[in-house]
Amino acid sequence: MAQVTQLIHDYLRHNKKFPHVYCAGCGHGIVLGSLIRSVHSLGYAKDDIVLVAGIGCSGRMAVYVDFNTVHTTHGRALTFATGIKMANPNLKVIVVMGDGDAMSIGGNHLIHAARRNIGLTTLVLNNNIYGMTGGQYSPTSPEGTVSATSPFGQLERSFDIVDMAMASGASYVARGTVLHATMLDGLISDALEKPGFNLVEILTPCHTQYGRKNKFKTVVDMYQWYKKNTMKLDRYRQLKPEEQAGFTPIGVFRDEMRPGLEVRYEELRNKLQEQR
Amino acid sequence: MSKKKGQAKVTIYPDWCKGCGICAAFCPAGVFELGTDGKSHVVREAECVNCGFCELHCPDFAVSVTPKEASRRKTDAHGDPRSEALNQSAGTDPGPEENVGTPNREEEDGHKKA
Repeated sequence: MAQVTQLIHDYLRHNKKFPHVYCAGCGHGIVLGSLIRSVHSLGYAKDDIVLVAGIGCSGRMAVYVDFNTVHTTHGRALTFATGIKMANPNLKVIVVMGDGDAMSIGGNHLIHAARRNIGLTTLVLNNNIYGMTGGQYSPTSPEGTVSATSPFGQLERSFDIVDMAMASGASYVARGTVLHATMLDGLISDALEKPGFNLVEILTPCHTQYGRKNKFKTVVDMYQWYKKNTMKLDRYRQLKPEEQAGFTPIGVFRDEMRPGLEVRYEELRNKLQEQR
Repeated sequence: MSKKKGQAKVTIYPDWCKGCGICAAFCPAGVFELGTDGKSHVVREAECVNCGFCELHCPDFAVSVTPKEASRRKTDAHGDPRSEALNQSAGTDPGPEENVGTPNREEEDGHKKA
């Protein structure tokens, strides 16, 4: 376990202002660490990675990490990433988005990127709220969430990011939490190695905007909540439906190994060139 | 490295610590305590079992766990001069209280000058 922190410091841009902008206890820092450990364990060169991030707290990640990075407009991270991947399929493109970025403003882009099965690795950092813009409820806020725009609890049903990605046709779909960091390392490095569109939903706490208004006294309480209310997928599937209530399954939901759009596009191009 | 007590050196970089309390709440050996300054402090280093939880879960990369005997070693597995500088500074530190606040301050200053 030694030297994990030193390893992470090797991948940070130390001319940026540190410590980073995230609030105390925010899980985004843990995701950043996990991403760096995964990339390092797979032995990718820093220049072979492109990190595309949208707007929001998660978008700051593109500033701190020493890969090729693009900080794009709100919700459009996947469209920029699609262009990068089609232009140069040799690059490893990682897209980091928040829940508002991925499901609401960029919701359509997520559906179509998954449908096309383009070879991107997408990390959706789900903190159930629009953290950076002032704590408005997001499409993944659970029913009854108290937020800046729903002071008496919100009434809408929330999106399940994993179900959405699977229905849209993503070839690799997984869910992890920042508390289960070792498992998260495994999921991210697994996703980086798979062809096609990979999506990892990461549950991460936002105490400043979500926790304080929803009966979590400290950020540690939110981590304890993850400990109590998440369950490995194989155990979860053995439970009866009435026992499953209240638990969030984590693990790999789909692993299909279908070739990505950029591979099939290359094949088509080669085929047409041979016919000429 | 074996998971024996007293084999690891735990360092906190106070300038990076935001005092979220994750390390203090989840450490299985109770190594950390939150101080009145709002930062985490190493209080029972001898109890550390080197599980690595704090290193993996510190959102601010402010905790570092190094083996005691290896902290004096000058070379590093990654072969990066920056991490070598880090290792040296960790090795010469007299204790967690007197640590440099920022993990690689020299590096940062160099960038500012440039």
